[in-house]
Amino acid sequence: MKRFLALAMALLLAGEARAQGNVPLVADLSSHLVAITTGFSGTDVLLFGATDGAGDIAVVVRGPSQNEVIRRKGRVGPVWINTDEVTFRDAPSYYRVASSRPLDEFAPQTLLSRYQIGIDNLRINTLADTTLEPEEVADFRKAFVRLKTDSNLYDQGLGAVNFMSNRLFRTELHFPSNVPTGTYLVEVYLFRDGDVTSAEIVPLNISQIGASADIFDFAHNLAPLYGLVSILLAASAGWVASIAFRRT
Amino acid sequence: MQVYLPIAEMSVNIFLVLGLGGAVGLLSGLFGVGGGFLMTPLLIFIGVPPAVAVGTQSVQIVGSSVSGVLAHMRRGTVDFAMGGMLTIGGFLGSGLGVWVFSLLKRSGHIDLTISLGYVLFLGVVGGFMLTESLPGVLKKRPAGVALAARGPGRHTWMHGLPFKFRFRKSKLYVSVLLPLGIGFLVGVLVATMGVGGGFLMVPAMIYLLGMPTQVVIGTSLLQITFVTANTALLQSVINQSVDLVLALLLLLVAVVSTQIGVKLSSKVRGEYLRVALAVMILAVALRLALDLVIPPHELFTLSTGAGE
Repeated sequence: MKRFLALAMALLLAGEARAQGNVPLVADLSSHLVAITTGFSGTDVLLFGATDGAGDIAVVVRGPSQNEVIRRKGRVGPVWINTDEVTFRDAPSYYRVASSRPLDEFAPQTLLSRYQIGIDNLRINTLADTTLEPEEVADFRKAFVRLKTDSNLYDQGLGAVNFMSNRLFRTELHFPSNVPTGTYLVEVYLFRDGDVTSAEIVPLNISQIGASADIFDFAHNLAPLYGLVSILLAASAGWVASIAFRRT
Repeated sequence: MQVYLPIAEMSVNIFLVLGLGGAVGLLSGLFGVGGGFLMTPLLIFIGVPPAVAVGTQSVQIVGSSVSGVLAHMRRGTVDFAMGGMLTIGGFLGSGLGVWVFSLLKRSGHIDLTISLGYVLFLGVVGGFMLTESLPGVLKKRPAGVALAARGPGRHTWMHGLPFKFRFRKSKLYVSVLLPLGIGFLVGVLVATMGVGGGFLMVPAMIYLLGMPTQVVIGTSLLQITFVTANTALLQSVINQSVDLVLALLLLLVAVVSTQIGVKLSSKVRGEYLRVALAVMILAVALRLALDLVIPPHELFTLSTGAGE
Protein backbone atom coordinates (compact mmCIF):
# COMPACT_ATOMS: atom_id res chain seq x y z
CA MET A 1 0.00 0.00 0.00
CA LYS A 2 2.79 2.38 0.99
CA ARG A 3 4.45 1.59 -2.28
CA PHE A 4 1.40 2.52 -4.27
CA LEU A 5 0.96 5.75 -2.34
CA ALA A 6 4.54 6.67 -3.06
CA LEU A 7 4.09 5.78 -6.68
CA ALA A 8 0.88 7.78 -6.88
CA MET A 9 2.72 10.77 -5.42
CA ALA A 10 5.49 10.43 -7.98
CA LEU A 11 2.89 10.26 -10.70
CA LEU A 12 1.15 13.31 -9.27
CA LEU A 13 4.46 15.16 -9.47
CA ALA A 14 4.78 14.07 -13.07
CA GLY A 15 1.23 15.22 -13.79
CA GLU A 16 1.99 18.62 -12.32
CA ALA A 17 5.01 18.95 -14.53
CA ARG A 18 2.90 17.95 -17.52
CA ALA A 19 0.29 20.57 -16.65
CA GLN A 20 3.03 23.16 -16.75
CA GLY A 21 3.82 22.09 -20.28
CA ASN A 22 7.19 20.47 -19.79
CA VAL A 23 7.02 16.70 -19.43
CA PRO A 24 10.08 15.54 -17.47
CA LEU A 25 9.76 11.88 -18.49
CA VAL A 26 8.10 9.90 -21.22
CA ALA A 27 8.68 6.20 -21.76
CA ASP A 28 7.16 3.41 -23.82
CA LEU A 29 7.81 -0.15 -24.94
CA SER A 30 8.46 -1.34 -28.47
CA SER A 31 5.57 -3.75 -27.89
CA HIS A 32 2.86 -3.95 -25.23
CA LEU A 33 2.22 -7.59 -25.90
CA VAL A 34 4.62 -10.51 -25.71
CA ALA A 35 2.91 -13.24 -27.69
CA ILE A 36 3.85 -16.76 -26.64
CA THR A 37 3.39 -18.89 -29.73
CA THR A 38 4.35 -22.51 -30.34
CA GLY A 39 7.88 -21.50 -31.33
CA PHE A 40 8.43 -19.15 -28.37
CA SER A 41 11.92 -19.34 -26.89
CA GLY A 42 12.20 -16.06 -25.02
CA THR A 43 12.17 -12.53 -26.36
CA ASP A 44 13.52 -9.00 -25.91
CA VAL A 45 11.35 -5.91 -25.56
CA LEU A 46 12.82 -2.45 -26.06
CA LEU A 47 12.03 0.20 -23.48
CA PHE A 48 12.73 3.71 -24.73
CA GLY A 49 11.95 7.21 -23.59
CA ALA A 50 13.07 10.77 -23.15
CA THR A 51 13.70 13.16 -20.30
CA ASP A 52 13.62 16.96 -20.26
CA GLY A 53 17.20 17.17 -19.13
CA ALA A 54 19.98 15.43 -17.26
CA GLY A 55 19.07 12.80 -14.69
CA ASP A 56 19.28 9.12 -13.91
CA ILE A 57 16.83 6.45 -14.92
CA ALA A 58 15.94 3.32 -12.96
CA VAL A 59 13.68 0.70 -14.55
CA VAL A 60 11.90 -2.02 -12.56
CA VAL A 61 10.02 -4.87 -14.27
CA ARG A 62 7.64 -6.89 -12.08
CA GLY A 63 5.69 -9.98 -13.12
CA PRO A 64 2.28 -10.83 -11.64
CA SER A 65 2.67 -11.97 -8.04
CA GLN A 66 1.55 -15.31 -6.70
CA ASN A 67 2.03 -17.46 -3.64
CA GLU A 68 5.37 -19.22 -3.74
CA VAL A 69 5.94 -22.18 -1.44
CA ILE A 70 9.55 -22.87 -0.55
CA ARG A 71 10.45 -26.07 1.29
CA ARG A 72 13.63 -27.01 3.10
CA LYS A 73 14.91 -30.55 3.43
CA GLY A 74 16.18 -31.86 6.72
CA ARG A 75 17.62 -35.17 7.81
CA VAL A 76 15.19 -37.56 9.45
CA GLY A 77 16.89 -40.88 10.20
CA PRO A 78 18.80 -41.93 7.09
CA VAL A 79 16.74 -39.97 4.57
CA TRP A 80 16.41 -36.32 3.58
CA ILE A 81 12.83 -35.12 3.52
CA ASN A 82 11.02 -31.79 3.40
CA THR A 83 10.84 -30.64 7.00
CA ASP A 84 10.02 -26.91 6.90
CA GLU A 85 8.13 -24.71 4.51
CA VAL A 86 7.44 -21.02 4.09
CA THR A 87 4.84 -19.47 1.79
CA PHE A 88 5.84 -16.12 0.35
CA ARG A 89 2.86 -13.97 -0.47
CA ASP A 90 2.97 -11.19 -3.09
CA ALA A 91 6.41 -12.10 -4.40
CA PRO A 92 6.68 -11.00 -8.04
CA SER A 93 6.94 -13.97 -10.39
CA TYR A 94 9.50 -12.03 -12.43
CA TYR A 95 11.79 -9.18 -11.37
CA ARG A 96 14.48 -7.19 -13.17
CA VAL A 97 16.17 -3.85 -12.54
CA ALA A 98 18.08 -1.71 -15.01
CA SER A 99 19.58 1.70 -14.44
CA SER A 100 21.79 4.31 -16.07
CA ARG A 101 24.39 4.15 -13.25
CA PRO A 102 24.91 1.95 -10.18
CA LEU A 103 21.90 2.60 -7.95
CA ASP A 104 23.82 3.88 -4.90
CA GLU A 105 25.46 6.60 -7.00
CA PHE A 106 22.24 8.51 -7.59
CA ALA A 107 19.52 7.21 -5.29
CA PRO A 108 19.34 7.25 -1.47
CA GLN A 109 18.60 3.95 0.24
CA THR A 110 15.29 5.24 1.64
CA LEU A 111 13.91 5.80 -1.86
CA LEU A 112 15.28 2.51 -3.17
CA SER A 113 13.50 0.61 -0.45
CA ARG A 114 10.33 2.71 -0.74
CA TYR A 115 10.02 1.95 -4.45
CA GLN A 116 11.51 -1.56 -4.03
CA ILE A 117 14.26 -0.93 -6.55
CA GLY A 118 16.90 -3.65 -6.39
CA ILE A 119 16.45 -7.24 -5.31
CA ASP A 120 17.56 -6.58 -1.71
CA ASN A 121 14.83 -3.95 -1.41
CA LEU A 122 12.12 -6.28 -2.60
CA ARG A 123 9.56 -6.76 0.13
CA ILE A 124 8.55 -10.41 0.12
CA ASN A 125 5.99 -11.10 2.82
CA THR A 126 5.60 -14.47 4.46
CA LEU A 127 2.23 -15.89 5.31
CA ALA A 128 1.42 -15.10 8.93
CA ASP A 129 1.20 -18.68 10.19
CA THR A 130 4.89 -19.57 9.99
CA THR A 131 6.38 -20.94 13.20
CA LEU A 132 9.99 -20.29 12.14
CA GLU A 133 12.33 -17.76 13.68
CA PRO A 134 12.89 -14.51 11.72
CA GLU A 135 16.51 -15.50 10.99
CA GLU A 136 15.32 -18.76 9.48
CA VAL A 137 12.75 -16.94 7.36
CA ALA A 138 15.62 -14.77 6.11
CA ASP A 139 17.41 -17.97 5.01
CA PHE A 140 14.29 -19.00 3.14
CA ARG A 141 14.14 -15.58 1.47
CA LYS A 142 17.76 -15.89 0.34
CA ALA A 143 17.09 -19.36 -1.03
CA PHE A 144 13.95 -18.10 -2.76
CA VAL A 145 15.88 -15.36 -4.58
CA ARG A 146 18.61 -17.86 -5.49
CA LEU A 147 16.16 -20.39 -6.94
CA LYS A 148 14.31 -17.67 -8.86
CA THR A 149 17.65 -16.45 -10.23
CA ASP A 150 18.60 -20.00 -11.24
CA SER A 151 15.43 -20.26 -13.31
CA ASN A 152 16.18 -16.88 -14.99
CA LEU A 153 13.11 -15.21 -13.52
CA TYR A 154 15.05 -12.92 -11.18
CA ASP A 155 18.29 -11.17 -12.01
CA GLN A 156 20.45 -10.06 -9.11
CA GLY A 157 22.54 -7.93 -11.44
CA LEU A 158 21.71 -4.58 -12.89
CA GLY A 159 20.77 -4.09 -16.54
CA ALA A 160 22.09 -1.08 -18.40
CA VAL A 161 19.99 1.92 -19.39
CA ASN A 162 21.83 3.76 -22.16
CA PHE A 163 21.52 7.50 -22.61
CA MET A 164 21.94 9.32 -25.89
CA SER A 165 22.68 13.04 -25.75
CA ASN A 166 21.44 13.20 -22.15
CA ARG A 167 17.80 13.14 -23.27
CA LEU A 168 16.96 9.89 -24.98
CA PHE A 169 17.34 6.59 -23.19
CA ARG A 170 16.79 2.95 -24.06
CA THR A 171 17.18 -0.51 -22.52
CA GLU A 172 16.50 -4.05 -23.64
CA LEU A 173 14.27 -6.10 -21.36
CA HIS A 174 14.79 -9.83 -21.70
CA PHE A 175 12.03 -12.36 -21.06
CA PRO A 176 13.14 -16.03 -20.94
CA SER A 177 11.16 -18.91 -22.43
CA ASN A 178 9.73 -19.96 -19.04
CA VAL A 179 8.31 -16.48 -18.35
CA PRO A 180 4.99 -16.64 -16.48
CA THR A 181 1.98 -15.23 -18.34
CA GLY A 182 0.01 -12.24 -17.07
CA THR A 183 0.15 -8.47 -16.81
CA TYR A 184 3.61 -7.06 -16.12
CA LEU A 185 4.34 -3.55 -14.88
CA VAL A 186 7.40 -1.72 -16.16
CA GLU A 187 8.13 1.14 -13.75
CA VAL A 188 10.41 3.93 -14.96
CA TYR A 189 11.84 6.38 -12.38
CA LEU A 190 13.64 9.63 -13.15
CA PHE A 191 16.08 10.58 -10.35
CA ARG A 192 17.52 14.06 -9.92
CA ASP A 193 19.55 15.31 -6.98
CA GLY A 194 18.80 12.20 -4.96
CA ASP A 195 15.05 12.44 -5.43
CA VAL A 196 12.41 10.94 -7.72
CA THR A 197 11.44 13.75 -10.10
CA SER A 198 9.07 11.73 -12.22
CA ALA A 199 7.82 8.22 -12.72
CA GLU A 200 5.90 6.34 -15.32
CA ILE A 201 4.31 2.90 -15.39
CA VAL A 202 3.98 1.04 -18.66
CA PRO A 203 1.93 -2.18 -18.60
CA LEU A 204 3.09 -5.17 -20.61
CA ASN A 205 0.88 -8.12 -21.35
CA ILE A 206 2.49 -11.55 -21.72
CA SER A 207 0.10 -14.19 -22.96
CA GLN A 208 -0.18 -17.30 -25.08
CA ILE A 209 -1.39 -16.64 -28.62
CA GLY A 210 -2.65 -18.89 -31.39
CA ALA A 211 -2.56 -22.68 -31.21
CA SER A 212 -0.92 -22.89 -27.80
CA ALA A 213 -3.49 -20.44 -26.34
CA ASP A 214 -6.32 -22.46 -27.87
CA ILE A 215 -4.96 -25.66 -26.29
CA PHE A 216 -4.60 -23.94 -22.93
CA ASP A 217 -8.19 -22.62 -23.06
CA PHE A 218 -9.50 -26.00 -24.20
CA ALA A 219 -7.74 -27.79 -21.33
CA HIS A 220 -9.13 -25.41 -18.74
CA ASN A 221 -12.64 -24.70 -20.05
CA LEU A 222 -13.66 -28.07 -21.44
CA ALA A 223 -11.54 -30.37 -19.28
CA PRO A 224 -13.53 -33.65 -19.69
CA LEU A 225 -13.69 -33.24 -23.48
CA TYR A 226 -10.00 -32.32 -23.56
CA GLY A 227 -9.19 -35.51 -21.64
CA LEU A 228 -11.26 -37.62 -24.04
CA VAL A 229 -9.70 -35.98 -27.10
CA SER A 230 -6.21 -36.55 -25.63
CA ILE A 231 -6.91 -40.23 -25.06
CA LEU A 232 -8.47 -40.69 -28.51
CA LEU A 233 -5.57 -38.90 -30.21
CA ALA A 234 -3.08 -41.02 -28.28
CA ALA A 235 -4.96 -44.25 -29.02
CA SER A 236 -5.30 -43.45 -32.72
CA ALA A 237 -1.62 -42.56 -32.95
CA GLY A 238 -0.86 -45.99 -31.54
CA TRP A 239 -3.35 -47.59 -33.91
CA VAL A 240 -1.98 -45.83 -37.00
CA ALA A 241 1.57 -46.80 -36.08
CA SER A 242 0.60 -50.43 -35.57
CA ILE A 243 -1.11 -50.53 -39.00
CA ALA A 244 1.75 -48.75 -40.73
CA PHE A 245 4.18 -51.18 -39.19
CA ARG A 246 2.22 -54.24 -40.26
CA ARG A 247 2.37 -53.17 -43.92
CA THR A 248 6.06 -52.41 -44.06
CA MET B 1 14.75 -26.17 -32.21
CA GLN B 2 12.52 -25.09 -29.38
CA VAL B 3 8.82 -25.79 -29.01
CA TYR B 4 6.51 -24.17 -26.44
CA LEU B 5 4.40 -26.46 -24.25
CA PRO B 6 1.08 -24.69 -23.55
CA ILE B 7 0.15 -26.50 -20.32
CA ALA B 8 3.64 -26.86 -18.84
CA GLU B 9 4.13 -23.19 -19.85
CA MET B 10 7.74 -23.65 -20.87
CA SER B 11 9.70 -24.31 -24.03
CA VAL B 12 11.78 -27.42 -24.60
CA ASN B 13 14.16 -28.69 -27.25
CA ILE B 14 12.03 -30.70 -29.66
CA PHE B 15 14.79 -33.24 -30.39
CA LEU B 16 15.33 -33.94 -26.70
CA VAL B 17 11.63 -34.75 -26.31
CA LEU B 18 11.59 -36.88 -29.45
CA GLY B 19 14.67 -38.77 -28.23
CA LEU B 20 13.07 -39.46 -24.85
CA GLY B 21 9.87 -40.68 -26.51
CA GLY B 22 11.79 -42.96 -28.83
CA ALA B 23 13.96 -44.52 -26.14
CA VAL B 24 11.13 -45.11 -23.69
CA GLY B 25 8.84 -46.41 -26.46
CA LEU B 26 11.43 -48.99 -27.46
CA LEU B 27 11.67 -50.26 -23.88
CA SER B 28 7.89 -50.27 -23.66
CA GLY B 29 7.52 -52.62 -26.61
CA LEU B 30 10.47 -54.76 -25.61
CA PHE B 31 9.50 -55.41 -22.00
CA GLY B 32 5.77 -54.78 -21.96
CA VAL B 33 6.14 -52.04 -19.40
CA GLY B 34 4.54 -48.64 -19.95
CA GLY B 35 7.82 -46.87 -19.32
CA GLY B 36 6.23 -44.41 -16.90
CA PHE B 37 8.72 -45.22 -14.15
CA LEU B 38 11.45 -43.97 -16.50
CA MET B 39 9.58 -41.21 -18.31
CA THR B 40 8.15 -39.40 -15.28
CA PRO B 41 11.55 -38.80 -13.59
CA LEU B 42 13.11 -37.89 -16.98
CA LEU B 43 10.45 -35.28 -17.75
CA ILE B 44 10.82 -33.76 -14.29
CA PHE B 45 14.58 -33.75 -14.81
CA ILE B 46 14.30 -31.62 -17.99
CA GLY B 47 12.17 -29.10 -16.08
CA VAL B 48 8.56 -30.15 -16.69
CA PRO B 49 6.48 -29.50 -13.54
CA PRO B 50 5.89 -32.85 -11.72
CA ALA B 51 2.09 -32.66 -11.97
CA VAL B 52 2.27 -32.05 -15.73
CA ALA B 53 4.86 -34.83 -16.14
CA VAL B 54 2.57 -37.35 -14.41
CA GLY B 55 -0.57 -36.22 -16.24
CA THR B 56 1.07 -36.11 -19.65
CA GLN B 57 2.88 -39.41 -19.50
CA SER B 58 -0.38 -41.18 -18.67
CA VAL B 59 -1.67 -40.04 -22.10
CA GLN B 60 1.57 -41.05 -23.74
CA ILE B 61 1.39 -44.51 -22.16
CA VAL B 62 -2.14 -44.94 -23.58
CA GLY B 63 -0.78 -44.33 -27.08
CA SER B 64 2.26 -46.53 -26.88
CA SER B 65 0.41 -49.37 -25.13
CA VAL B 66 -2.38 -49.29 -27.78
CA SER B 67 0.33 -49.59 -30.39
CA GLY B 68 1.92 -52.45 -28.47
CA VAL B 69 -1.28 -54.31 -27.65
CA LEU B 70 -2.44 -54.24 -31.31
CA ALA B 71 0.87 -55.72 -32.41
CA HIS B 72 0.49 -58.47 -29.80
CA MET B 73 -3.14 -59.10 -30.80
CA ARG B 74 -2.08 -59.81 -34.37
CA ARG B 75 0.42 -62.33 -33.07
CA GLY B 76 -2.28 -63.82 -30.83
CA THR B 77 -0.39 -63.19 -27.63
CA VAL B 78 -3.14 -61.43 -25.65
CA ASP B 79 -5.29 -63.25 -23.09
CA PHE B 80 -8.49 -61.17 -23.15
CA ALA B 81 -10.20 -62.95 -20.26
CA MET B 82 -7.15 -62.44 -18.06
CA GLY B 83 -6.69 -58.85 -19.31
CA GLY B 84 -10.34 -58.08 -18.57
CA MET B 85 -10.03 -59.29 -14.97
CA LEU B 86 -6.82 -57.30 -14.49
CA THR B 87 -8.56 -54.20 -15.91
CA ILE B 88 -11.57 -54.49 -13.59
CA GLY B 89 -9.21 -54.80 -10.64
CA GLY B 90 -7.20 -51.87 -11.98
CA PHE B 91 -10.22 -49.56 -12.17
CA LEU B 92 -11.16 -50.34 -8.56
CA GLY B 93 -7.57 -49.93 -7.38
CA SER B 94 -6.98 -46.62 -9.14
CA GLY B 95 -10.16 -45.28 -7.54
CA LEU B 96 -8.73 -46.09 -4.10
CA GLY B 97 -5.34 -44.72 -5.23
CA VAL B 98 -6.77 -41.31 -6.15
CA TRP B 99 -8.30 -41.10 -2.67
CA VAL B 100 -5.03 -42.16 -0.97
CA PHE B 101 -3.16 -39.61 -3.12
CA SER B 102 -5.33 -36.73 -1.90
CA LEU B 103 -4.83 -37.85 1.73
CA LEU B 104 -1.05 -37.91 1.32
CA LYS B 105 -1.05 -34.57 -0.46
CA ARG B 106 -2.80 -32.94 2.48
CA SER B 107 -0.25 -34.43 4.89
CA GLY B 108 2.53 -32.72 2.85
CA HIS B 109 4.69 -35.78 2.28
CA ILE B 110 3.53 -36.94 -1.14
CA ASP B 111 7.00 -36.57 -2.70
CA LEU B 112 8.62 -38.68 0.01
CA THR B 113 5.89 -41.32 -0.24
CA ILE B 114 6.32 -41.53 -4.00
CA SER B 115 10.10 -41.85 -3.71
CA LEU B 116 9.91 -44.47 -0.96
CA GLY B 117 7.24 -46.33 -2.91
CA TYR B 118 9.43 -46.41 -6.01
CA VAL B 119 12.48 -47.58 -4.06
CA LEU B 120 10.51 -50.27 -2.25
CA PHE B 121 8.57 -51.68 -5.20
CA LEU B 122 11.28 -51.31 -7.83
CA GLY B 123 13.89 -52.71 -5.43
CA VAL B 124 11.86 -55.76 -4.43
CA VAL B 125 10.58 -56.53 -7.92
CA GLY B 126 13.94 -55.89 -9.62
CA GLY B 127 15.89 -57.89 -7.03
CA PHE B 128 13.51 -60.82 -7.22
CA MET B 129 13.53 -60.88 -11.02
CA LEU B 130 17.29 -60.71 -11.14
CA THR B 131 17.88 -63.53 -8.65
CA GLU B 132 15.29 -65.67 -10.43
CA SER B 133 16.36 -65.11 -14.04
CA LEU B 134 20.11 -64.60 -13.76
CA PRO B 135 21.05 -68.25 -12.98
CA GLY B 136 19.01 -69.36 -16.01
CA VAL B 137 20.91 -67.02 -18.29
CA LEU B 138 24.32 -67.83 -16.85
CA LYS B 139 23.85 -71.60 -17.11
CA LYS B 140 22.36 -71.27 -20.61
CA ARG B 141 19.42 -73.44 -19.71
CA PRO B 142 16.78 -73.82 -22.43
CA ALA B 143 13.89 -71.37 -22.19
CA GLY B 144 11.03 -72.41 -19.95
CA VAL B 145 12.97 -74.47 -17.42
CA ALA B 146 13.80 -71.35 -15.43
CA LEU B 147 10.08 -70.79 -14.82
CA ALA B 148 10.00 -72.66 -11.55
CA ALA B 149 6.54 -71.38 -10.69
CA ARG B 150 5.04 -73.04 -13.75
CA GLY B 151 4.24 -76.59 -14.52
CA PRO B 152 1.97 -79.36 -13.31
CA GLY B 153 1.79 -80.69 -9.82
CA ARG B 154 2.61 -77.40 -8.15
CA HIS B 155 -0.24 -76.64 -5.78
CA THR B 156 -0.19 -73.67 -3.42
CA TRP B 157 -2.78 -71.75 -1.40
CA MET B 158 -3.62 -69.84 -4.58
CA HIS B 159 -5.16 -72.90 -6.14
CA GLY B 160 -7.53 -73.26 -3.22
CA LEU B 161 -9.24 -69.94 -3.91
CA PRO B 162 -12.88 -70.00 -5.11
CA PHE B 163 -14.36 -68.65 -8.41
CA LYS B 164 -12.02 -70.66 -10.60
CA PHE B 165 -11.98 -69.87 -14.30
CA ARG B 166 -10.25 -71.46 -17.26
CA PHE B 167 -7.97 -68.91 -18.97
CA ARG B 168 -7.45 -70.80 -22.23
CA LYS B 169 -4.83 -68.56 -23.76
CA SER B 170 -2.66 -68.72 -20.64
CA LYS B 171 -3.40 -72.42 -20.16
CA LEU B 172 -4.35 -71.70 -16.56
CA TYR B 173 -7.23 -72.78 -14.34
CA VAL B 174 -7.13 -70.36 -11.42
CA SER B 175 -9.44 -68.22 -9.32
CA VAL B 176 -10.49 -64.88 -10.88
CA LEU B 177 -9.62 -63.32 -7.50
CA LEU B 178 -5.92 -63.56 -8.39
CA PRO B 179 -5.93 -61.35 -11.52
CA LEU B 180 -8.49 -59.07 -9.85
CA GLY B 181 -6.17 -58.67 -6.86
CA ILE B 182 -3.07 -58.06 -8.97
CA GLY B 183 -4.97 -55.55 -11.12
CA PHE B 184 -6.23 -53.80 -7.99
CA LEU B 185 -2.77 -53.47 -6.46
CA VAL B 186 -1.37 -52.16 -9.74
CA GLY B 187 -4.28 -49.71 -10.00
CA VAL B 188 -3.45 -48.25 -6.58
CA LEU B 189 0.15 -47.72 -7.72
CA VAL B 190 -0.92 -46.17 -11.03
CA ALA B 191 -2.86 -43.48 -9.22
CA THR B 192 -0.41 -42.83 -6.38
CA MET B 193 2.90 -43.09 -8.22
CA GLY B 194 2.07 -41.98 -11.75
CA VAL B 195 3.27 -45.14 -13.49
CA GLY B 196 1.68 -47.64 -15.85
CA GLY B 197 2.38 -50.46 -13.40
CA GLY B 198 3.84 -52.90 -15.89
CA PHE B 199 7.02 -53.31 -13.88
CA LEU B 200 4.95 -54.82 -11.07
CA MET B 201 2.30 -56.56 -13.13
CA VAL B 202 4.62 -58.43 -15.52
CA PRO B 203 6.58 -60.21 -12.75
CA ALA B 204 3.35 -60.87 -10.81
CA MET B 205 1.82 -62.53 -13.86
CA ILE B 206 4.92 -64.61 -14.53
CA TYR B 207 5.79 -65.68 -11.00
CA LEU B 208 2.48 -65.50 -9.13
CA LEU B 209 0.07 -66.67 -11.81
CA GLY B 210 2.58 -68.68 -13.80
CA MET B 211 1.49 -67.29 -17.17
CA PRO B 212 3.66 -67.99 -20.26
CA THR B 213 6.04 -65.05 -20.82
CA GLN B 214 4.96 -64.44 -24.41
CA VAL B 215 1.31 -63.93 -23.38
CA VAL B 216 2.18 -61.83 -20.33
CA ILE B 217 3.43 -58.78 -22.20
CA GLY B 218 0.48 -58.34 -24.56
CA THR B 219 -1.99 -58.98 -21.74
CA SER B 220 -0.36 -56.49 -19.38
CA LEU B 221 -0.37 -53.89 -22.18
CA LEU B 222 -4.12 -54.44 -22.53
CA GLN B 223 -4.67 -53.64 -18.85
CA ILE B 224 -2.26 -50.68 -18.96
CA THR B 225 -4.15 -49.19 -21.93
CA PHE B 226 -7.48 -49.06 -20.12
CA VAL B 227 -6.29 -48.18 -16.64
CA THR B 228 -4.00 -45.33 -17.81
CA ALA B 229 -6.76 -44.01 -20.11
CA ASN B 230 -8.97 -43.77 -17.03
CA THR B 231 -6.16 -42.06 -15.09
CA ALA B 232 -5.46 -39.62 -17.95
CA LEU B 233 -9.12 -38.62 -18.02
CA LEU B 234 -9.13 -38.03 -14.26
CA GLN B 235 -5.91 -35.99 -14.50
CA SER B 236 -7.39 -33.79 -17.25
CA VAL B 237 -10.59 -33.15 -15.34
CA ILE B 238 -9.19 -32.70 -11.83
CA ASN B 239 -5.77 -31.12 -12.39
CA GLN B 240 -5.76 -29.89 -16.01
CA SER B 241 -2.25 -31.29 -16.06
CA VAL B 242 -2.21 -33.05 -19.44
CA ASP B 243 -0.01 -31.26 -21.96
CA LEU B 244 -1.28 -32.37 -25.34
CA VAL B 245 1.65 -30.90 -27.28
CA LEU B 246 4.18 -32.74 -25.11
CA ALA B 247 2.14 -35.96 -25.17
CA LEU B 248 1.83 -35.91 -28.98
CA LEU B 249 5.53 -35.18 -29.48
CA LEU B 250 6.45 -38.11 -27.24
CA LEU B 251 3.90 -40.30 -29.00
CA LEU B 252 5.04 -39.39 -32.48
CA VAL B 253 8.21 -41.41 -32.02
CA ALA B 254 7.11 -43.71 -29.17
CA VAL B 255 4.40 -45.46 -31.21
CA VAL B 256 6.94 -46.35 -33.87
CA SER B 257 9.70 -47.40 -31.50
CA THR B 258 7.21 -49.49 -29.50
CA GLN B 259 6.52 -51.49 -32.67
CA ILE B 260 10.23 -52.03 -33.14
CA GLY B 261 10.46 -53.12 -29.51
CA VAL B 262 7.64 -55.64 -29.94
CA LYS B 263 9.36 -57.17 -32.98
CA LEU B 264 12.64 -57.38 -31.11
CA SER B 265 11.00 -58.97 -28.07
CA SER B 266 10.00 -62.05 -30.07
CA LYS B 267 13.58 -62.53 -31.20
CA VAL B 268 15.18 -62.34 -27.77
CA ARG B 269 14.98 -65.13 -25.21
CA GLY B 270 12.63 -64.48 -22.30
CA GLU B 271 15.35 -64.77 -19.65
CA TYR B 272 17.55 -62.18 -21.31
CA LEU B 273 14.60 -59.79 -21.43
CA ARG B 274 13.88 -60.36 -17.75
CA VAL B 275 17.50 -59.87 -16.70
CA ALA B 276 17.70 -56.64 -18.69
CA LEU B 277 14.42 -55.38 -17.25
CA ALA B 278 15.54 -56.34 -13.73
CA VAL B 279 18.83 -54.47 -14.11
CA MET B 280 17.03 -51.39 -15.41
CA ILE B 281 14.47 -51.46 -12.59
CA LEU B 282 17.22 -51.87 -9.99
CA ALA B 283 19.19 -48.98 -11.50
CA VAL B 284 16.21 -46.63 -11.18
CA ALA B 285 15.54 -47.84 -7.62
CA LEU B 286 19.18 -47.33 -6.66
CA ARG B 287 19.23 -43.84 -8.14
CA LEU B 288 16.09 -42.86 -6.20
CA ALA B 289 17.41 -44.42 -3.00
CA LEU B 290 20.65 -42.47 -3.31
CA ASP B 291 18.67 -39.25 -3.85
CA LEU B 292 16.91 -39.88 -0.56
CA VAL B 293 20.06 -40.65 1.43
CA ILE B 294 22.80 -38.44 -0.04
CA PRO B 295 22.85 -34.94 1.49
CA PRO B 296 21.20 -32.79 -1.21
CA HIS B 297 23.21 -30.10 -3.00
CA GLU B 298 20.29 -27.71 -2.72
CA LEU B 299 18.21 -28.01 0.45
CA PHE B 300 15.46 -25.74 -0.79
CA THR B 301 12.81 -26.38 -3.41
CA LEU B 302 10.32 -23.93 -4.84
CA SER B 303 6.79 -24.61 -5.98
CA THR B 304 4.84 -21.76 -7.48
CA GLY B 305 1.19 -21.00 -7.16
CA ALA B 306 0.59 -23.58 -4.43
CA GLY B 307 -0.37 -23.08 -0.82
CA GLU B 308 -3.07 -20.93 0.69
